[in-house]
Amino acid sequence: MDALKLTQVWVEYGSKIVLERVNLAVSPGSFVSIVGPSGAGKTTLLRLLLGQEAPTRGKAMLFGEKLRDEPGPDRGVVFQRYSIFPHMNVRENVLFGLECKGSPVFGHLGGKKRRAALDEVDAMLASVGLKDARKLYPAQLSGGMQQRVAIAQALIMKPKVLLLDEPFGALDPGVRADMHVLITDIWRTNGLTIFMVTHDIKEAFALGTRVIALDKARHDAQAPNRYGATIVYDVKLDRKANAVPPPEIEAMAAGA
Amino acid sequence: MRRLLNVKPRGGVLLFLSVLPFLALALVYVMASEARHAINPSDKILPTLEAFARAINIMALQVDQQRGEILLWMDTQASLFRLGVALGLSMLITLVLGLLLGLLPALRALAGPIVTAIAMAPPIALLPILFILLGLGETAKIALIMIGVIPCMVRDLTAHVRSIPEELLIKAQTLGANTWHILTRIALPQSLPRLIDILRLQLGPAWVFLIAAEAIASDVGLGYRIFLVRRYLSMDIILPYVVWIALLAVTLDFLLAQVNRSAFGWAHPKGAR
Ligand SMILES: Nc1ncnc2c1ncn2[C@@H]1O[C@H](COP(=O)(O)OP(=O)(O)OP(=O)(O)O)[C@@H](O)[C@H]1O
Ligand SMILES: [Mg+2]
Repeated sequence: MDALKLTQVWVEYGSKIVLERVNLAVSPGSFVSIVGPSGAGKTTLLRLLLGQEAPTRGKAMLFGEKLRDEPGPDRGVVFQRYSIFPHMNVRENVLFGLECKGSPVFGHLGGKKRRAALDEVDAMLASVGLKDARKLYPAQLSGGMQQRVAIAQALIMKPKVLLLDEPFGALDPGVRADMHVLITDIWRTNGLTIFMVTHDIKEAFALGTRVIALDKARHDAQAPNRYGATIVYDVKLDRKANAVPPPEIEAMAAGA
Repeated sequence: MRRLLNVKPRGGVLLFLSVLPFLALALVYVMASEARHAINPSDKILPTLEAFARAINIMALQVDQQRGEILLWMDTQASLFRLGVALGLSMLITLVLGLLLGLLPALRALAGPIVTAIAMAPPIALLPILFILLGLGETAKIALIMIGVIPCMVRDLTAHVRSIPEELLIKAQTLGANTWHILTRIALPQSLPRLIDILRLQLGPAWVFLIAAEAIASDVGLGYRIFLVRRYLSMDIILPYVVWIALLAVTLDFLLAQVNRSAFGWAHPKGAR
C-alpha cells in the first residue's frame, strides 16, 4: 500500500490554478524532497497533505484512506517559523500533544499520568539534544534549538507522516548540518514517511530517497494563472550513494 | 555632531529632563496666581498655594461634620469601587467575546457586525437610557463605563487573536488539539498580556465615563465633588482633585504594566522592550 497516492490532483484558488495533473505514489518509509522555483506550489502541496486544502479535482489517498480535510495527529508538521508556542517552555511545548490526547476536556494531565508523560517528554528531548534546555522559553532559544523543539513536539505524537516546509531554511550552515544528521536519524529509527520542501538542492539530494520538482510545464504569457505547476522531475535515489544533483535540476533551481 | 536621535540622556540628566516640565508648570502657575492676586486679593480662579494647603487640609485630613468621614477618602473609595467593578467585568466579557470571535469564523460572521455597530454609538448618548432603565444608583454608572470600554476592548482582542500565526493553530491541530484545547491552552494564554495592555489603553476613557456619570447623578465620588464645588468656583478644591485623579490613573497604569511584565515573562524577552 502506498503511503500517499495522488491521482490527477488539481488545486485552484478561484480562477488561479496552482497545481494541475499531479500524480504521485509514495511508498511508506520514503524521504521525499520537494523542490521548485518560488511560487511553484510547494507549500500548497504540503497544505494539501496537511488537510488544510482540499483538491479541487482528483483524488488524494493517505495509507489507503481518503485524506481528511483537517489537520490531525497522524501528520506531524514543522514550519520554517512559528512552529512552537511562545507561551510554553520547551517541556510544556512537547508535553502539549500528550495532554490533548490524555485529557480531551481540560487539556491538562495530573498526578501519575503527568509524571509518566513528562518522562516520555524528557526522553524525547534528550534524543533531540535538548536535555539542558527544558525550562527555557522559545524566545530564549537559538533558531536551531527552536526547530529541535518543533521536531520533538511533532514526534511525540508518533505520526506516520512528517511534513517539513523549509525547516532548516533559516539556519546557519553548521547548525543545518547537525539538523541533517538529526532528521536522518529520526527518519531511520521511527520508520517515518517524510515530505520536505527545500530551496537547497544539495540538501534535497543529500537527505531524500526521492526528489520531486514542481514547475509549470506549460506557460501562457497572456494568462499566467491559466496553467498550474505539476511534477516535472521525479527521481528515486539510493541514499547511500550520496547522490549529486543532475545538471538539469541545478539549472532549474538557478533559473528560479 | 551626533544625530539628535542618537542622543540618549542618562542618570541625572534624564531625571532633570523629566522633572523640568513639572517645575516649569508650577512656576508659571505661581507667577500667574500672584499677578492676579496683586490686582484682586480675593481672586478665586487661580488660588494661592496657601489656599490649596487650606483646602487640602479640609478635604483630605479633616473629618467632614455632616458626613462623618474624610471627604477625599470617601470620594476616592466610591470612584475606585465603580471603576474596579466596571473594569473587572469588562475584562471578563472581553476575554470571552474576544477569544470566541477571534477563533471561530462562524461566530464572527454572526456577531462581528453588531459589535462594530454598537461600538459606533456614543456611550454618553446612552447615559439617559441607562438612568431610565437602571435608575440613578451604582448600576447605571458601572454600566456606562462598561458600555464605553467593552466594544473597543472586544474589537482589539479579537484582532489580536486573529493575528496568532496560522502555523501555530495548524501545529496545535496536528498535536491532536480540539477547538476547546486551542481556545484554553493556546489563544487564552496568548491573549492575557494583550488584555492587560488593552485595559491600560482604556483607563483614560473609563475615567471619562466615570466622571461623567458621577457628575450627572451621584452623592459621592471624585467627579461628583468636582462638579459640586464648581458652583462656588472652588478652584482650590477642583485643581487638587484633578491632580489626585491623574495620580490615581498613572498609578493604576504603572501597576498594570508591572503585573504584565512579571506575570508574562515569555511575552517580554530580555533585550526587547
Ligand atoms: N490562499 C491563496 N489564495 C490565492 N493564491 C494563493 C493562495 N495561497 C497560495 N497562492 C498562490 O499559489 C502559488 C503557490 O504558492 P506556494 O506558497 O505553494 O508556493 P511555494 O512553492 O511554496 O513558494 P515559496 O518557495 O516562495 O515558498 C503562488 O502563486 C501563490 O500566490
Ligand atoms: Mg513555500
